[in-house]
Amino acid sequence: MLKVTIDNITIDVEEGMTILQAARMIGGKVVPPAMCYYSKLKGTGGKCRTCLVKVAQSSAKDPRPMPKLVASCSTPVQDGMVVQNLTSPEVQEARKGVVEMLLVNHPLDCPVCDQAGECDLQDLSFNYGMEETASEEERREFPVIDIGPFIKLHMNRCILCYRCVYAADQLTSERRHGVMYRGDGSEISTLIANVIDNDFSGNVIDVCPVGALTDKTFRFKSRVWFIKPMDAHRECGRCSGKGTVWMFGNEIYRVTGRKDQYGEVEEFICNECRFEKKELASWTVEGPRKIKRQSVISANHYEKMVQPSIIKPIEGQMIPPQNEL
Amino acid sequence: MGSSILLANIGVPGIRNLKAYRASGGYSAVEKALREMTPAQVAQEVTRSGLRGRGGAGFPTGLKWSFLDRKTDKPRYLVCNADESEPGTFKDRFLMDKIPHLLIEGLILSSYALGVNNCYIYIRGEFKYLVGILEKAIREAHQNRFLGEKILGSDFSLNIFVHPGAGAYICGEETALLESLEGKRGNPRIKPPFPAFKGLYGCPTVVNNVETLATVGPIISMGGEEYAKIGKGKSTGTKLISACGNINNPGVYEIEMGLLLDDFIYSPAYCGGIAKGKKLKAVIPGGSSVPILPADLILRTLNGQKRLMTYESLAEGEFASGTMLGSGGFIVFDEDACIVRNTWNLTRFYRHESCGQCSPCREGTSWMENVLYRLEHGSGKLSDIDLLVRVAKNIEGNTICPLGDAAAWPVASAIRHFRHEFEEHVKNA
Ligand SMILES: Cc1cc2nc3c(=O)[nH]c(=O)nc-3n(C[C@H](O)[C@H](O)[C@H](O)COP(=O)(O)O)c2cc1C
Ligand code: SF4
Ligand code: SF4
Ligand code: FES
Repeated sequence: MLKVTIDNITIDVEEGMTILQAARMIGGKVVPPAMCYYSKLKGTGGKCRTCLVKVAQSSAKDPRPMPKLVASCSTPVQDGMVVQNLTSPEVQEARKGVVEMLLVNHPLDCPVCDQAGECDLQDLSFNYGMEETASEEERREFPVIDIGPFIKLHMNRCILCYRCVYAADQLTSERRHGVMYRGDGSEISTLIANVIDNDFSGNVIDVCPVGALTDKTFRFKSRVWFIKPMDAHRECGRCSGKGTVWMFGNEIYRVTGRKDQYGEVEEFICNECRFEKKELASWTVEGPRKIKRQSVISANHYEKMVQPSIIKPIEGQMIPPQNEL
Repeated sequence: MGSSILLANIGVPGIRNLKAYRASGGYSAVEKALREMTPAQVAQEVTRSGLRGRGGAGFPTGLKWSFLDRKTDKPRYLVCNADESEPGTFKDRFLMDKIPHLLIEGLILSSYALGVNNCYIYIRGEFKYLVGILEKAIREAHQNRFLGEKILGSDFSLNIFVHPGAGAYICGEETALLESLEGKRGNPRIKPPFPAFKGLYGCPTVVNNVETLATVGPIISMGGEEYAKIGKGKSTGTKLISACGNINNPGVYEIEMGLLLDDFIYSPAYCGGIAKGKKLKAVIPGGSSVPILPADLILRTLNGQKRLMTYESLAEGEFASGTMLGSGGFIVFDEDACIVRNTWNLTRFYRHESCGQCSPCREGTSWMENVLYRLEHGSGKLSDIDLLVRVAKNIEGNTICPLGDAAAWPVASAIRHFRHEFEEHVKNA
């Protein structure tokens, strides 16, 4: 076991863990936001840079700080490491800068986006008080395309987190889409139009942190906060059959994986469960899905969201106390 | 200070061919190493020489080699970085073109030291004509038993492969290079793990610059200690400098480290002064990524000392009043040069070359280019100048690979030292 201290809270973690994983063990506000890392997909992380933290002490053996902020999702902990997230104004500043970058080309078309209300970028920009950017430049524009019979791509909204690329690599037999071109001209696309059709391809929608990949069988039927997520299961030969059905009255509007507080699904589900089983009779409903994440859906309205405050470290004292988190 | 080690023999007729190279003493270092030295002794000479990476970062080569994971039973690789795409830098191209066997000899010695049996030269795609030159040199070396199975009757075997890139500056970053060499999209990898543990095909790998590796031959011939006597302090040996811009004699020069910067610019042996009798305005001394300095600060440090061509002297004053030796791409501007236009041009380059993987660099490089385009084309505002400083700061240090920093520094330093020019652009628009 290794000892690591994050925002003055010390815990024991196993060797090989990243700072972000250690922070998630503590939970609460010390957990850095992660837009590209996805614990269930190998190789994700490192790209969005929202999870930057400061390593004030590299390890017990080498007490020097790390020269730059590091991506907590891809930096392994070392014994005696001291990390600052909320307790570092430098980190908060840098993260604000990153969020602003993510918004430079983002259309902020939340009023017409079906991810609104369950969008990680919306939550992030709200938390960092940057609902807009200082950029006056024209935004990149791409046409909306069908990348498969069930999936639509709004490239304008994509933050190039690469999660969908890893998902297609790891969950489907053959990846048919990827990142084309480079720099700010990068885009998610397919070489042949409308080719993504695979038993597990629908999972790219669940892993997408924004409204770039959306479910064509659901689009525009309703805003997510009007419909109720319910945990449900069914007998399925392809996947676990454990999903979340989103209901309005007795109707199922859409089916997704069961997402946890970090926006990650507990288990990936198959396309049949996701796209083809929209009758209540197909499912055994277990009860309302408890969404622990701080988001517009659970808070029901923007005003109720709590802005995280910077906690000032006091020498030798453990703050914030664990029970306040 | 006319020390010439790498380029000493480039004037010999036919030196591109093995015969002439041999006749002027070539491959004697390989013979010496394979017959008289253990791999560890070769590595030790390199450590003793104080040689530092010539690719830009100046990392001590012996130390880098010592990190190579020797505990696994996986194969180890040596990769020669010949992607040279930094604006202003054209020394590796010159070296490979003029004296290709010097590089091949360095690769054989380095591979021997590192226990490598397969070595790759990853060469910039646009250097197509050099691929043939290198492959011919490799063929000749095979025919003369300097490459292949059991070199010169020893137990050591080595093959060298030349692999051209497809036209991306980012593939010069060592981990993007490895991805590209594996046939993948050239995105830099997230470190750790470092190439010394997981490099090419997941195996321990050393990546070194062309000039770094070409220097290993002379180091073995003269001995590390002798090499370390050349140069100044921790900047040992000689360095190739590619000089360009508003000077009388653009070209590639080999200088002994420690040369006065003043001499390099004005001596007829080197740049030969500013072209057309104009005055010096600014210099980017180490390739487009390093900070630009105005004439007074490039010639003398803030505390009045004459600047030398060494890693340390150029860095003196850090970012506030210093710069870096970098890869030795020496770009000189005369009094008529427009710093705003030049800075805009550089941001165009970095915008085009960003791999787009991480958000600060992908969005920040295009944002800076857009703003500088406006400033240069007459629709800028005064507030744009501070905006640029802020965007550059938000990129710097927050990205996956150093391309982000390389894009931010030219903008930040141009505004730091030439803010008035940016302001004039707004006022006179
Ligand atoms: C964007 C970028 C481009 C680079 N291009 C080159 C290059 O063309 N040639 C090179 O030798 N090193 C280049 N480097 C540096 C390499 O990553 C690496 O540090 C170097 O090859 C190590 O060799 P050295 O230790 O011999 O200097 C580049 C780095 C970055 C971040
Ligand atoms: S489409 Fe979504 S999941 Fe894929 S890279 Fe873009 S933002 Fe990430
Ligand atoms: S800094 Fe730029 S070039 Fe380097 S990984 Fe990030 S986006 Fe790619
Ligand atoms: S979550 Fe760590 S960089 Fe994106």
